[in-house]
Amino acid sequence: MIHLLEVHQLKISEASTGKVIVHDGSFQLKQGSCLAIVGESGSGKSVTCRAIMRLNKPWLRQTGRILFKGENINALPEKEMRKRRGKNLCMILQNGMGAFDPSSVIGVHLKETLSEHFGWSNHEIAEKMKKAMESVMLKNPSEVLNKYPHQLSGGMLQRIMIALALVLEPDLIIADEPTTALDTISQYEVLEQLIQLRERLGVAMIFVSHDLGVVKRVADDVLVMKAGKIVERGEMQTIFLAPRHPYTKYLVSTKLALSNHFRRLMEENSVAES
Amino acid sequence: MGRYMVKRVLMSIPLLLVISFLTFVLINLSPLEPAEVVLQSQGVPKITEELLEQTKEELGLDKPFFIRYIHWLIDCIRLDFGESFVTGKPVWSLIGPAFLNTFKLTMVSSVIIILLSIGLGIICALKEGKFIDHSVRGISFFLTSMPPYLLASLMIWYFSVQLDLLPTSGMTSYQSYILPVTVITISYAGIYFRVVRSSMLTNLNEEYVLFGRASGLPERLITMHVLRNSLQVAVSVFCMAIPIILGSTVVIENVFAWPGLGSLSVRAILSRDFPVIQAYVLLLAAAFVVFNTISDMINAAMNPKLRNDL
Ligand SMILES: Nc1ncnc2c1ncn2[C@@H]1O[C@H](COP(=O)(O)OP(=O)(O)OP(=O)(O)O)[C@@H](O)[C@H]1O
Ligand SMILES: [Mg+2]
Repeated sequence: MIHLLEVHQLKISEASTGKVIVHDGSFQLKQGSCLAIVGESGSGKSVTCRAIMRLNKPWLRQTGRILFKGENINALPEKEMRKRRGKNLCMILQNGMGAFDPSSVIGVHLKETLSEHFGWSNHEIAEKMKKAMESVMLKNPSEVLNKYPHQLSGGMLQRIMIALALVLEPDLIIADEPTTALDTISQYEVLEQLIQLRERLGVAMIFVSHDLGVVKRVADDVLVMKAGKIVERGEMQTIFLAPRHPYTKYLVSTKLALSNHFRRLMEENSVAES
Repeated sequence: MGRYMVKRVLMSIPLLLVISFLTFVLINLSPLEPAEVVLQSQGVPKITEELLEQTKEELGLDKPFFIRYIHWLIDCIRLDFGESFVTGKPVWSLIGPAFLNTFKLTMVSSVIIILLSIGLGIICALKEGKFIDHSVRGISFFLTSMPPYLLASLMIWYFSVQLDLLPTSGMTSYQSYILPVTVITISYAGIYFRVVRSSMLTNLNEEYVLFGRASGLPERLITMHVLRNSLQVAVSVFCMAIPIILGSTVVIENVFAWPGLGSLSVRAILSRDFPVIQAYVLLLAAAFVVFNTISDMINAAMNPKLRNDL
């Protein structure tokens, strides 16, 4: 089985002090599968995600090999890397409110992105975005496109990012805590859309979360990080049933209660919908 | 948008009223008796109680405080600031031309300061921590910390006396602008480019920059978005810079003998020419209010959040 993404000995450190933030992390991601990265705050999940996009701050240095479709993107010139961002590697951020320029309407970002990658006309872009936005359950897409970020809810903005990914059809989506900032209902809706996005595009995903309950719904494999180190990895079920590392055990035990609560909520929701 | 503009302009009217009242109160709190000042400056040898009463009546100073304020206010609205105690000429005929001269100096300086601040601010923010950022900040720190009068004197000595390139003082040709504008620019550009730089840096750390880059947008486009958001902050600071410079030309004008408000106000204060001082303070305060209003309007035009809130 060929891997879509192979990360070899990724080490991230502060260039000036040499302080290591992520220690020689290696992991792989199969075509079309979903890898969850869990771990406590500050364990290096976001830094790892941004390292794959090569978007960490310039004062952070990263070494190691990041093979994406067999090509080491860690050694790619910036110009080549930029072409792959958005087109091949998409990111979905935690805070939708901050993810769009506050003084432009949402449509501006989408237009710029799509015309950059595909050279489509404004009309084409609007048509495609509208279709994608409808499919993630956003009502009145043409109105939404002309709204400023502060006029929309966090859940809507999150779904707009997902809709953009739908149009971009990337090979890999990196979702850094896409549901953490949302209330339970929006959390459920966004999660549903992410799952559908994977089904529709067959796209591989890296899904960062604090919450094993959420992870259980989406991921095939799990990576547990602690203080910049990968302390446990394996298939979802294995990790859940037989956690080995004490930290994973702790995570599973604390999150079990929460996940039960979450399942109940989802069931109530699907009852309400049907 | 239009409604906001009208609302904002109407809002500045009560502000102007409060300012005019405070100006009037402050000047009238002065321990000096205006009538005495008038008589002294007219060279009356012996000021008798009788003469004092008579002058008070002529100046309307015998009326109650509030009535005097109302009269003064109505006159001010008609641009009639009374007559100078010292020269007896209408205050407007003194302050009008002086204001125009100072305004010219301020506007030329402000335009240069704003352009320079934006340019340097952008360069330093985009090259944060690099050599150019450090050198621009170092040099500007050094120049900003020099007292303007020292800088002005040094420049007069070098460019006007030693090299004989530029006029030492007065306002005779466009060359007269070069030295005062340079001194004002040096004193302020160093402060304002920091505003642009730090506001750029704040924006560069926003999530939308990360998301823009993650979407594969070229740096050029991202810089445009950052710039637009950064300048929103800078615009209000710049708008307020204009009245600040307007009021702070006192030193520069006196060094360069610029026939403006700065020189006039110093003379008025030394000779206790109350109507001129009053008009000067009121004019400057009005300038602050006007530019503050303009800055809010520009901000509203640029920032959709503000526009909707009001
Ligand atoms: N721009 C940066 N400069 C320097 N250090 C950083 C930077 N970003 C993150 N770090 C450091 O890297 C470590 C990991 O941070 P990271 O944001 O990846 O954590 P995380 O696992 O995503 O946490 P959270 O769950 O809170 O999002 C932290 O200790 C942080 O101090
Ligand atoms: Mg994080």
